[in-house]
Amino acid sequence: MSVAQSPPPRLQMRGITKRFPGVIANDKIDLDVKAGEIHALLGENGAGKTTLMNVLFGLARPDEGEILIDGNPVQIADPADAIARGIGMVHQHFMLIPVLTVAENILLGAETMANPIFLDRSEARRRIIELGKRFGFELDPDAKVETLSVGWQQRVEILKALYRQARILVLDEPTATLTPQETVEVFAVIRRLAAEGHSIIFISHKLYEVLEIADRITVIRRGQVVGSRLPSETNEDDLAALMVGRQVKLAVDRGTSHPAEPVLTVENLKVKSDRGQEVVRGVNFSVRAGEILGIAGVAGNGQDELVEAITGLRRSTEGVVRLAGEDITGWTVRQRREHGLGYVPGDRQKYGLVLGFPISDNLVLTQYYKSPFARGIQKQDAAIEQWAQRTIEEFDIRTPSWAVPAGTLSGGNQQKVIVAREFSRDLKALVLDQPTRGLDVGSIEFIHKQAIGKRDAGTGILLVSAELDEILELSDRIAVMYRGEIVAVVDGRTANKEEIGLLMATGGRAPAKESPTGTSSQPGADPDTIRGGTS
Amino acid sequence: MKARLRSYAGLMLVPALSILLALLVASVLIIASGLVGTEKKVNLLLPLIAYRSLIVGAFGNFKGIANMVVAAAPLMLTGLAVGVGLKAGLFNIGATGQVLSGGLAAALIGMQVADAPVLIAIPVAMLGGMLAGALAGFIPGFLKAFTGAHEVVTTIMLNALIQLIVSGLVNDVFRAPGFSFARTAPVGSAELTGLGNTTLHLGVIFALVCIPLSYWLLWRTTVGFEIRAVGANPTAAFYAGMKPRRMMILTMSLCGAFAGLAGAIEVLRLGYYPAVFGTGIGFDGITVALLGQSNPIGIMLSALLLGAMRAGAPLMQIQARVPVEIIDVIQGIILIFLAAEIVVRKIFRLRTAGVGAGELQTITRTYGEKVVG
Repeated sequence: MSVAQSPPPRLQMRGITKRFPGVIANDKIDLDVKAGEIHALLGENGAGKTTLMNVLFGLARPDEGEILIDGNPVQIADPADAIARGIGMVHQHFMLIPVLTVAENILLGAETMANPIFLDRSEARRRIIELGKRFGFELDPDAKVETLSVGWQQRVEILKALYRQARILVLDEPTATLTPQETVEVFAVIRRLAAEGHSIIFISHKLYEVLEIADRITVIRRGQVVGSRLPSETNEDDLAALMVGRQVKLAVDRGTSHPAEPVLTVENLKVKSDRGQEVVRGVNFSVRAGEILGIAGVAGNGQDELVEAITGLRRSTEGVVRLAGEDITGWTVRQRREHGLGYVPGDRQKYGLVLGFPISDNLVLTQYYKSPFARGIQKQDAAIEQWAQRTIEEFDIRTPSWAVPAGTLSGGNQQKVIVAREFSRDLKALVLDQPTRGLDVGSIEFIHKQAIGKRDAGTGILLVSAELDEILELSDRIAVMYRGEIVAVVDGRTANKEEIGLLMATGGRAPAKESPTGTSSQPGADPDTIRGGTS
Repeated sequence: MKARLRSYAGLMLVPALSILLALLVASVLIIASGLVGTEKKVNLLLPLIAYRSLIVGAFGNFKGIANMVVAAAPLMLTGLAVGVGLKAGLFNIGATGQVLSGGLAAALIGMQVADAPVLIAIPVAMLGGMLAGALAGFIPGFLKAFTGAHEVVTTIMLNALIQLIVSGLVNDVFRAPGFSFARTAPVGSAELTGLGNTTLHLGVIFALVCIPLSYWLLWRTTVGFEIRAVGANPTAAFYAGMKPRRMMILTMSLCGAFAGLAGAIEVLRLGYYPAVFGTGIGFDGITVALLGQSNPIGIMLSALLLGAMRAGAPLMQIQARVPVEIIDVIQGIILIFLAAEIVVRKIFRLRTAGVGAGELQTITRTYGEKVVG
């Protein structure tokens, strides 16, 4: 054997093929990641990224192909195997137990024992602090996870992998729930990890982030690798075209808006959360016909409760909601809908659809009792089918038939069903809550276009989104929500991203040193309660 | 049309296989029963003899068929009492109590109209039974909607409560004088007497009418659409402007009405309310509903199957000397296999069910869920 010029890549996946009934999720995928490299994996939902990572982490068996670590072929049967071989996974949805401390969470499944019965807590604590120091973030091992912000919880996840001596780290959409500032901090951590020789697989659909952090970018489409790029030789448009397979317009042309009279007005609105805490604390704003008002804010600052109070899903404790001048505060959901309020809910599977029902029934879920869909109490299936067929065509919902259950559709098409249902009637005001969460570029483009169209038709739109880019792209005005209050309203066309990010994170005040109260109503929502400290 | 047929075939697959498995398992027990019988020997053909006489007993002559239908009628109703509830995401274990309330109400009202013309007496007594059953269903529905108390817990407790109240009333307040045991006075013209020399009676028609009626209600009306939407996804139903709480109360009352009618039929067939009216038709409703996949047509077929076993059992005992209790055993095993659908699918290497599969989800899922709307 001759000595190779350069060491083999840390990780090589060769010809990975994974078939599911009816689809090939991974079709001969090759991927290699060097030591110290940040390798971005880019692709639309359903392109096969998750399957590939599941294969790597032992959650799925490939039908063909092999995995090599440091040049040696390995068999990964289950996650325990993967961890033993130095593979660590940080999921998009954290796998942490909120009521346990940082140290306890890290120790779960990788207990450091003093003897066969008792944990060696002090040794564990020492190692956690040491690891944190090495990578530039010091965490208090005794802080309860529920008191940490989302950004810090993510660092706990990373630490968890490092504690298990991971050398290959998979980060699945690590910035999805972070503010721009937190993203910058997490990027610093990721760079430091790479500098220490760790290999990072960075999964994302945010093109500019990938361009910023990756050393190399591999794009997957329909289970195949369609291209590999260096950030220096590509740009967002090129990557988007690779991902989708056609040229996409990333930013919709929002044109000019012509705001008229206020259609949706909220006056001194106060709403309590399920836990009885006041999470909307005297909010005032008004959406005018023909404009889009965006509400920016880190998730958990009262946006959900605000939207629910406006749409009638939750009672407000104080204040008034007006729709086209009428006080609708005490109205039922149906009364509000009949009066011209549309609503695309944030959680499409929980609120928006009955997954087991056919698409046709979902398309009339809010209007099934009205003519022509019903005569008396008799459902008129022929009319429903006819309308469904027309709507499916009009909104380009990709489905073999109106009769298939909504649950069998892709996320983008599920959202299109909801959008079709809400947009296809005359509305005075429309609430869009996270309208494109988790969707692919093509579907986002479609939904944004529809929203602009509805705005131009004279509907007042309230857009709530955790994606600051979406807010910036669509809104005519932007209101920033922080801890249940609107802390600023700015012009959407001149708004500065960093400025809004800062407002989202601090509410425009200097960050406090200590948490003001012992218990936070929105764990993770306020960065002030970080006990770890950045030093 | 083809797709529709295929989906029906898919629905029937697991129930059919569960029955098959249950008959196989019961065969072992039937063979074993030969060991404790008078002859004390192993006869491997005994199951075949038993099943054959079961079939002959149920289908051999018109009397057998009549017996089957008469046994099936109340099971169809209690099957609907459970099945329609499952469609709305409610697991109604309270059919037993609802049957008792309906039965007692029918007996008491029957007493009052004992001298009225038959065509008035019977419908009035039955209607009374339905209303009493509906009330017994309304209570857990109301409690669930407004306090979040889970219907499984409340209906089980109501079963015990109703049982005690009813037996207290029959033993004391409404006890008819002149009989050696506690019972109510005869219902006179409200009694469901056999037609000709069979056991067939008018109540069967009431039960049979409820099958297409509930099918129509569930699948062809806006009310049924709401029931099914609330059952499949209560939060989405609420979001869409429906009133999940109201639907829960309505559905539970409707379920109670079905069970109450079943109780009325059984009591009016007897002609009075006996001291011990503890038939298992309430709980059998669970088997019927699950076997029928909560589909009214399926419920009718399942009830007929169980009815056939009941009707054929006496002949089986005579010819094969297998105790009639084996029927309860078979029924129990069917229920186990239905509940362990995954096991059945594994045994026969079937693909697991896709989206929105089923009633069992309702049973396992709803516990502790927040009530919306």
